[in-house]
Amino acid sequence: MLESRGEKTFYAFNYVILAAAALITLYPFLYVLSASLSSPKAVVMGDVFLYPIDITLDAYSAVLKEKGILTGYANTLFYTVVGTIVSLVLTVCGAYALSKKRLMGRKLFNILISITLVFQAGMIPTYLNFRELHLLDSRLAIIIGFAISTFNVIILRTFFQSIPDEIEEAARIDGASDFSVLMRIVLPLSKASLATIGLFYAVSRWNGYFWAMVLLKDPNKIPLQVLLNRLVVQMKPSDNMLADSAFSVGETLIYATIVVAILPIVAVYPFIQKYFVKGVMIGSVKG
Amino acid sequence: MVATFVKKIRRDRFLYLLLIPFLLWYAVFMFKPMYGLQIAFRDYSIFKGISDSPYVGFHHFEVFLQSDYFLRVLKNTLMISLYSLIFAFPVPIILALLLNEVKNATFRKTVQTFTYLPHFISVVVVCGIVTNFLSPSSGLLNAVLDKLGLEKIYFLAVPEYFRTIFISMNIWQEAGFGAIIYIAALAGINPEQYEAAVIDGASKWKRVLHVTLPGILPTIMVMLILKIGSLLEVGYEAIILLYQPATYNTADVISTYVYREGIMNGRYDMATAVGLFNAVIGFVLIIIANFLSKRITGNGLW
Repeated sequence: MLESRGEKTFYAFNYVILAAAALITLYPFLYVLSASLSSPKAVVMGDVFLYPIDITLDAYSAVLKEKGILTGYANTLFYTVVGTIVSLVLTVCGAYALSKKRLMGRKLFNILISITLVFQAGMIPTYLNFRELHLLDSRLAIIIGFAISTFNVIILRTFFQSIPDEIEEAARIDGASDFSVLMRIVLPLSKASLATIGLFYAVSRWNGYFWAMVLLKDPNKIPLQVLLNRLVVQMKPSDNMLADSAFSVGETLIYATIVVAILPIVAVYPFIQKYFVKGVMIGSVKG
Repeated sequence: MVATFVKKIRRDRFLYLLLIPFLLWYAVFMFKPMYGLQIAFRDYSIFKGISDSPYVGFHHFEVFLQSDYFLRVLKNTLMISLYSLIFAFPVPIILALLLNEVKNATFRKTVQTFTYLPHFISVVVVCGIVTNFLSPSSGLLNAVLDKLGLEKIYFLAVPEYFRTIFISMNIWQEAGFGAIIYIAALAGINPEQYEAAVIDGASKWKRVLHVTLPGILPTIMVMLILKIGSLLEVGYEAIILLYQPATYNTADVISTYVYREGIMNGRYDMATAVGLFNAVIGFVLIIIANFLSKRITGNGLW
């Protein structure tokens, strides 16, 4: 197919625009990284634009010395790992049962969970519910309270439905129990889907901030994101941080904290990206 | 009748066993709070509990509708939604259309990988970056202004800038990831349609207009309905992080008002009423949008 001159110009422009879009997306990351590696003076004077100036690792050693950040990091790891496991177990339970057409009451249960997609009680009743359950300032609230996403249940239910019944029947004739059919046949077949929704859960756990801020008060329980809010957005470092000589690195400490907070996500992102895209597709077709 | 009922439950006892923790979770964390919504109609006191707090009808709704806050938060919510409908909604569509025309697969993949990335960064970090970039003392933007010999501006304290900052931030974070769904729709267009258009002598532009756009129109309509249905749900997490009393005039939306009244000031009944008001209007909006979409394009959510 021959291209007209106009089309050629369009293609050239298209590349330029898209390259610009990619650069605009990346620039803030590049700046944050460069600023975190520069001397505080260079950052405050506005000399840093692209690459680090007066390279130093002071900000990072200050971050590693700050006890609050380490505690927050450990808490976030805990909420992410334990929370994702709890989420996956509960989601598998519901999605597997609801994927069976023969199950009596299936329609009703499906309607019940779908209602939560269009209507939820909202912020205050949810908060008061935690209060009534005596789950304020409790790690359990974060782990259990936000365990299931109906969207993920639907994705997994759709996948389970696509597994032919014959496979399960064959295993059952061989004498396998219901439990071992699920554990040995269905789950191994669903590895890719489980990875997808597991990652959905893990990322939202890692990034979760609002309810952790509202429900948790004890500084020993708060995740990194809540701490980041104080540190980076409100620019109010903790008291011992101000007293600490660490704070003399000032501005760059904030950037180093941002880098440390997003590093795990950025590091695994290239490997997990395709799962997310797949998840969005399934969700959009069957949502 | 009862016999078959028991038989079915016995046959599927394993499935019901799995359902118990699952449905229990929905009961405790989804439906129990819905029962708590009734405090919107009560003079709620934590010590008396929900059912012993006196019933006051629509009192809280009336107070809210007559207060000065009502107009302010409604206007701000609608303005932010409307502006993002105009400026943010088309960006993923355009991005998908442009990516669709790229023949070099490596280039396309690279652009996609980069533009999806911000979606995975937490709202706190993104707001933190925005706050620091715009900071009057050491922010990048003010450093540039300073170098150009211009006066420094405390951007986040100027009410007029708030919407622009907020919507630009959202575009930066979500446009790439939002394009995925349109890219999928574009991939679903039958290539024969393009071939037929070429045979008919349609130019590139004509092909986009008569094949590509109609091909993804159903997807655009569904996204538009969802967007209109959530017109009153502005991303409050980010606003809570970015606004300050100086910018309340343009930044305070319904859900941030609910947060301040309820969680911070402890006026639970009032805040629940405002939240319920918000949800009901949102529900009505999505029904209207769906109806219109069906009428105009034949496609809807249900």
